[in-house]
Amino acid sequence: MSDTSTPLVEVRDVHKRFPLPSSFLSSARPKVHALNGVSITVQRGEAFCLVGESGCGKTTLGRTVIGLEKPTRGEVHYGGQRVDTLDDTARKPIRQHMQMIFQNPYASLNPRMTVQQILEEPLRFHCPELNATDISETVNEVMTSVGNDPAWGQRYPHEFSGGQRQRISIARALMVSPEFIVADEPISALDVSIQAQVLNVLMDAQAQRGLTYLFITHDLSVVEHFGTRVAVMYLGTVCELTKTKDLFATPRHPYTQLLLSAIPRMDGQAFKHQPIPGEVPSPVNLPSGCVFHGRCPHANDRCRTEVPLLNSTKSTAQVACHAVEEGRI
Amino acid sequence: MALLEIEDLEVEFPNRHGTLTALRGINFTLDESERLGIVGESGAGKSMAAFAILNLISEPGRISKGRIVFEGRDLAKLDEEEIRAIRGDRISMIFQDPMMTLNPVLTVGVQMIETLKAHRDISDEDARKLALARLREVQIPSPEARLDAYPHELSGGLRQRVVIAIALLSDPAIIIADEPTTALDVTIQAEVLALLLALCRDHATALILITHDLAVVSQITERIIVMYAGSIVEAGATRQIIDTPQHPYTIGLIAALPEQNAPGQPLNQIRGSMPSLNNIPPGCAFAPRCDYATDICHRIVPNLTTAHGQSVACHHAGQLQPQESVRDTERAVS
Amino acid sequence: MSDTTQSAPGPLSRLLASDIFYRFRRDPVAIVSATIVLLFVLAAALAPLIAPQNPYDLTQLDIMDSEVPPFWQEQGDPRFLLGSDHQGRDMLSTILYGTGLSLIIGVFAVLLQAFLGVSIGLIAGYNGGRIDAFFMRLADIQLSLSTLMIAIIALAVFQAAFGSELYQDLAIIMLILVIGIAEWPQYARTVRASVLAERSKEYVDAARVIGLPRSRIMIRHILPNTLSPVLVISTVQVAEAIIAEASLSFLGLGMPVTQPSLGSLIRSGFEYIFSGSWWITIIPSIVLVVLILALNLLGDWLRDALNPRLYSRR
Repeated sequence: MSDTSTPLVEVRDVHKRFPLPSSFLSSARPKVHALNGVSITVQRGEAFCLVGESGCGKTTLGRTVIGLEKPTRGEVHYGGQRVDTLDDTARKPIRQHMQMIFQNPYASLNPRMTVQQILEEPLRFHCPELNATDISETVNEVMTSVGNDPAWGQRYPHEFSGGQRQRISIARALMVSPEFIVADEPISALDVSIQAQVLNVLMDAQAQRGLTYLFITHDLSVVEHFGTRVAVMYLGTVCELTKTKDLFATPRHPYTQLLLSAIPRMDGQAFKHQPIPGEVPSPVNLPSGCVFHGRCPHANDRCRTEVPLLNSTKSTAQVACHAVEEGRI
Repeated sequence: MALLEIEDLEVEFPNRHGTLTALRGINFTLDESERLGIVGESGAGKSMAAFAILNLISEPGRISKGRIVFEGRDLAKLDEEEIRAIRGDRISMIFQDPMMTLNPVLTVGVQMIETLKAHRDISDEDARKLALARLREVQIPSPEARLDAYPHELSGGLRQRVVIAIALLSDPAIIIADEPTTALDVTIQAEVLALLLALCRDHATALILITHDLAVVSQITERIIVMYAGSIVEAGATRQIIDTPQHPYTIGLIAALPEQNAPGQPLNQIRGSMPSLNNIPPGCAFAPRCDYATDICHRIVPNLTTAHGQSVACHHAGQLQPQESVRDTERAVS
Repeated sequence: MSDTTQSAPGPLSRLLASDIFYRFRRDPVAIVSATIVLLFVLAAALAPLIAPQNPYDLTQLDIMDSEVPPFWQEQGDPRFLLGSDHQGRDMLSTILYGTGLSLIIGVFAVLLQAFLGVSIGLIAGYNGGRIDAFFMRLADIQLSLSTLMIAIIALAVFQAAFGSELYQDLAIIMLILVIGIAEWPQYARTVRASVLAERSKEYVDAARVIGLPRSRIMIRHILPNTLSPVLVISTVQVAEAIIAEASLSFLGLGMPVTQPSLGSLIRSGFEYIFSGSWWITIIPSIVLVVLILALNLLGDWLRDALNPRLYSRR
């Protein structure tokens, strides 16, 4: 596990399907194709971002990496070890290294437990040899490091504001000293003035503890500020994977270009956005070929029939687009 | 004369701890075909200020003070029957969730025709024609088919377009849009916003856009009101507020946005969080979070004072350093 | 909102400061019905101390005192405030003891129902799939047979098989078992529904990410968050159980006449109602109705009070 050359997390050709409730009388078993052959690697010390619009599979990918969902097909490796097939007992030592921060600070803390109980639980479970003093010291240390008052311990989650709760949630994830954290839209439920606070806490924790993040968000300005590399997802596939700087400087995939043009900016310019007709197709009946071809201005017959693969281009950027590959854009 | 004039509006909610003042001293005007943005965090009272205009404040809240003058009448004094004649006719609303407006068991067409017939004497056929014209205007593909569709058969973006079409049905003087694109994805948001902007221009309709997103208001509106803890802290022309904010809260809010900070660096942040309405500190509500607060700020509520067309409720208005150097000093401190 | 189950600091002060208590104080119906229920419980618990007579002690009975009308009637006797029955038992004492029996059977039957129903609902809701389908179909079957029908069959079979002597000794336990087992689906369905809602919340995912075992997630995390609806149906279920017991006793399948509950009292007096001794039936009936009404009103209030959406509309 200490080998630095192997990626910390590797996702290989992962597919995930969710069965829809089928009707009693019909034999059809419709499925949601949430992930369709996704491969990513996360290096140690990275803040790897997953961006995309709702329903693109970014959350499902995060949940699959952390082990909340089992992939229908494909493999998830952590520190060189395949983890998606492990049972609960074999997985326990790995769980200590990976933690998750959730989107909704109002739902991610058990309302019937005190802050102290919430924070102690992961540590007591993973390190039963610790005594009460050690545990309460760790609680104090972690609470202070995320900017919370350690004296909050005896209070219940509902007594705190959204930002405070999200910091408690971060503290819970940090309790077992993980090396990898999946953060699923950790600031999107928060108010503007609080988002900056929580983002700073996450960046501090990364600097102090050498954390690796898989950061899931729909907010491109956060990606630009925070991410080292970024994967843009659309309908369960990665359409572009590159360094953050490159993505914003030279977006290559037509969907990335659409996404970037749609961000509202404060620079005083009117909309640069070129509306593209149509909406995201249903993930139940995936389009043939490239999933984006229905909305893509560059689509041709090949795009409608052949699924583009995530190819390395000249630079480090990987783009899944026939048009880019053929030099049409 | 302004189309809508709000004078010293105050909204109260009696509760077990006494009376909670949800809005205090709200003053603003809206000119004909003007686009106004109300910005603030959740709980700042921005939605309530807009709901108060149409007397839509939920029980047991009530307007305890102030006047809302629209077309020569004080809306705060109208009874339910009179206000209903204005709602959806002269002033219409767009909510964050389209299903607040759309009835799930009626087709789009039936709802549009019903809305029209509620406010004017019109035949079914004419109403249907007008509804169809509005659906075309909001660029819904195959509008004839959509008239007979149920709301659940439409995607989120299309539903919001239908809601905009309904809001436009009776050529209102004002459209109040409460976070109309917050639930939508960023590409759909851009389309809906562009549409809303174009329609308001074409119909010369005034717009009150309520949102937490400074970038969205900066692209749509001509004037901005910034609210904090139930009061207006800053108001003025959009470019002026975005480029040279005067109130420490607005300054902090803009400085905290990731795009205003160098990548990878800690973000400028406003410490603490907005007080809840039953716990508003004496003096300036922002004082406990403010880097510039002095003794007077903790004691006396600042008034909204206007200079160079920009109104600010701050004892130190005009004395603060410009935004750039503020950011530098904050960075040096942290 | 539901501060009632929280402990620190000081459960009593928390309860007194809670929204629930505030709403309680402002609702006269809640106060009256809670007071009535409390009075019944106290009276029943203190029956051996306050009752003028021990109705179980046959030596205290005198057949000469039988069918004495209540004191406000002409032939009333101040020793028998509410009159006496055909065996000369003081009605007041019998009602006090009978209320106690009815309450004991009601409460313990509901505890059994809740234990079965909550466990099954939790397991079915959390695990889903076949386990869920099995238990929920079982619940459907059970609900399609009425509680009384099951109870009548079970009790009649028991009486026939073991004789009425043994039955009289075991009547309380049998009633608790039968009523308790027959009504578990109510709880199972309620708990399952809230488990399904809670299971999808992020705090459960967080517990899974930590790696906690299923049993611990169910008991420590999900169960405490499903208890408000359990509390609400429990008051109504106690009322239901008391009615079921009274109905069974009225049919002669419940408590024996020597140890009368409210139901068996009503039954025993029923024969004399046309001979003019109305009080033997009517007075216990009124007691039963008041008790059930108070319990139901309390349950209604609790349901409204624990539902914040309803509250905000007032």
